[in-house]
Amino acid sequence: MTEPTENNANDVPPLPSSFSLISTLGVVAMLSGFLVVLVYEYTKPIIAENQRIATERAIFKVLPTAKSRLTFIVKEGKIELTDDKAKGELIYAGYDKDNNFVGMALNAAEQGYQDIVKLLYGYIPETGCITGYDVLKSTETPGFGTKITTDEAFLANFNCLDAKVNQEQTGLSNVIKTVRHGTKLNPWEIDAISGSTITSNAMGRMFNKSGQKLHPVIAKHLSVLKTAKYQTGDKHE
Amino acid sequence: MSKSIKKESPLTMDVFTAGIWKENPVFVMMLGLCPVLAVTNSVENSLAMGAASVFVLVCSNALVSALRNFIPKQVRITTYIIIIATFVTLVDYIIQAISLDLYNKLGAFIQLIVVNCLILGRAEAYASKNSFGKSVISALGMGLGFTLALVMLGGVRELLGAGQLLGYQVFSLDFEPWIVMILPPGGFIVLGSWLLLINYIEQRKTGKLVADDMASHCSISQN
Repeated sequence: MTEPTENNANDVPPLPSSFSLISTLGVVAMLSGFLVVLVYEYTKPIIAENQRIATERAIFKVLPTAKSRLTFIVKEGKIELTDDKAKGELIYAGYDKDNNFVGMALNAAEQGYQDIVKLLYGYIPETGCITGYDVLKSTETPGFGTKITTDEAFLANFNCLDAKVNQEQTGLSNVIKTVRHGTKLNPWEIDAISGSTITSNAMGRMFNKSGQKLHPVIAKHLSVLKTAKYQTGDKHE
Repeated sequence: MSKSIKKESPLTMDVFTAGIWKENPVFVMMLGLCPVLAVTNSVENSLAMGAASVFVLVCSNALVSALRNFIPKQVRITTYIIIIATFVTLVDYIIQAISLDLYNKLGAFIQLIVVNCLILGRAEAYASKNSFGKSVISALGMGLGFTLALVMLGGVRELLGAGQLLGYQVFSLDFEPWIVMILPPGGFIVLGSWLLLINYIEQRKTGKLVADDMASHCSISQN
């Protein structure tokens, strides 16, 4: 029997101490944290500005006659003037060049086929019409789910989708819903895209959910929204 | 008793070019196929994913190589994952700062670079065993090879699936797009087609080399 040598390849190297293992992980984690915080602090204002630009672009797209806008927050059924940095349910009021109220831009979101679809839509409280939308985030299947932005027949649903508030101002007069392609009978129904039923249904659900929640609040505080621009002047543009 | 010293091979051009073609991570090693199939429905997405992967690959390999003598074997994988996750988080913020549209298009696949086996594989198999310079150059080559593969897939899929390249209309407006090409099955079809073509070319090249070799042997024996 041969004696084991120092250079035997089967020798197991000694285990490093726990302190060595923990300190290695600690140093690497600290370095990692430092890098992440550094880049986060640097990019935070740029990302916030990008988001502000994207939101503003969407607002003026869904309210084409608006020249300026104000941001409000909905809190416990009340509306307060705020800025874009505020956290919570933000809604946007659009005003023309003479500071006349033209409509609201509201957020809506719902689970689509792949992920949550987020959009901003235009709502005219006087007529109770949803007049169009801009998709903020969507990873729906190209060629199918993405038709919500290209299908002319589907977009025609939003020339004036009925989203009127009921007399008690507790919800919508009619539930907004998506119906099978070619079976739309009422102005509060959305004619689905053939081959893209899941995304079409998600659109119906999100408009209904947002409408039931926000449209009554807007109806109750319409006078505040209409006069806010005259009171604030141009400082919140 | 003489002690053999393991000498590291020198830094040559091969270290860089190997990853681009000879050892291409997608077409040869078949690594990181999840983002390859998922985001290559347009050239723009392919380029963005490629650039993000190059950044993470180069930075993580550089750090792994620089720290390789200090990282105990027992915690190496954990350490590599922390390093990779750090650079993925950085690239996530950077893309949001550059373009929100692009960030939204790429969806979760930026964050999923953390689990791309190409990145961890190179850290474990190459950067942890080689010098800083070689690791960075090799990672750059691998990253560019990965990007090249993404663009080759994205180009074909966008061209056939939308009739466009980088958003510019290439085919006439009468062209009926092959929707399947921008759907997940299109990724498999195009990847399979590229692999078929590349392997065919490689086999022909190998066959030609063998034939040339045999011909030269014959001519020598005849003389």
